[in-house]
Amino acid sequence: MEVDARGLVCPQPVILTKKALKNKPEQLDVLVDNIAALENVTRYATAMKYDVTKTPDGDEYILNLRKR
Amino acid sequence: MIKEKKLVIFTGFVIGLAALVLVAFGNPANMGFCIACFIRDITGSLYLHTAPHLQYARPEIFGLILGSTLLALINKEFRATSGSAPVMRFVLGFFMMAGALVFLGCPLRMVLRLGGGDGKAIFALIGFAGGIALGSYFLNQGFTLGRSYKQKSIDGIIFPVVSILLLIFGFFKLIGVPSEEAHAPFFLSLVLALIVGGLAQRARFCMVGGIRDFILFRDNRLFLGSFTLFVTVLIGNIILGNFHFSFTLTSAIWYILSMALVGLCGALLGGCPLRQLILTGEGNGDSAITVLGMVAGAAVSHNFSTASSPTLVKTGGKIEVIVGLVIVSIIAFVIVKKQNKEVM
Repeated sequence: MEVDARGLVCPQPVILTKKALKNKPEQLDVLVDNIAALENVTRYATAMKYDVTKTPDGDEYILNLRKR
Repeated sequence: MIKEKKLVIFTGFVIGLAALVLVAFGNPANMGFCIACFIRDITGSLYLHTAPHLQYARPEIFGLILGSTLLALINKEFRATSGSAPVMRFVLGFFMMAGALVFLGCPLRMVLRLGGGDGKAIFALIGFAGGIALGSYFLNQGFTLGRSYKQKSIDGIIFPVVSILLLIFGFFKLIGVPSEEAHAPFFLSLVLALIVGGLAQRARFCMVGGIRDFILFRDNRLFLGSFTLFVTVLIGNIILGNFHFSFTLTSAIWYILSMALVGLCGALLGGCPLRQLILTGEGNGDSAITVLGMVAGAAVSHNFSTASSPTLVKTGGKIEVIVGLVIVSIIAFVIVKKQNKEVM
């Protein structure tokens, strides 16, 4: 599963992530392109008990969320 | 995580302190910072309105933008982006300013007024929270202004450069009117605003975000910043003898509705007036358009006498607030409808 939150400003990346995590998937990729979104999605996912690994991809980041 | 919280609390503390200092050195009461009022004064300094005593090119605004630009450049976060519904953002910025000028304060100043003992600001806070709750509802239903896209760097640099130019023009009194409003010394205002702008950029400080994130995600990080700001100003005012409690029910409904409009616009825009300045400094063209919408809102509010005076909420202002709430709600409703159709 993947959420494309590129070009979106807070709080939308987090809302999209929240909706995607509703059914508690094992893992989820979230694409973001600004640091505020990266921080906000990471904070939310961590609070929802997901581990987050970030991979930079040019100006963008792929956040891999895995259920703890 | 804890580091992020500490940073936002520290930022709230520094903003409160800076606001106290600016008032002590000449800014009007409870107006250490007021993004709406200061943008209004800059609008006047450019003769886009000619309301007497409201025509000073406030260095605070330029300092906030440039402080954010500096920090964003240092941390390699400066990115020129835009293309997310600019016209709609202009309209939302316009009404955000219109609402703020009926209450006479942006969300930041609302908290400063509360901390100075102005009981009427409690009504404003209730309205503000209500407006954000409504905006959060729309966001949860799928409201979006759409994606922004990367632009050429020069696009993001324009606003910071204009800020530098206007700062210089203001310093040499090439803009503004000599019978200017009370203000702190130029360089003190500038330096404190640079510091606050830089910190707010790092901490993503936002008055709308504090309430919004709590409603949407039960995340209290940004709220702690606003709360720290309030406590700092409250204690500071008591110590300095600037705490003067007052309370009246007069116009309470208009304080509620005007700040509801500000809260709603801010939630849909993704940030309060301060946050729009900070994002503008980071190269965000959509926020720059929002700021220009606020400038237009200030010009119209004073040219058509809808802005309140310290003692009176005017009929035009009341109509403007109602019209604003209706128009912005329709915009949000239409977008949510369309968005959900596309998903299906």
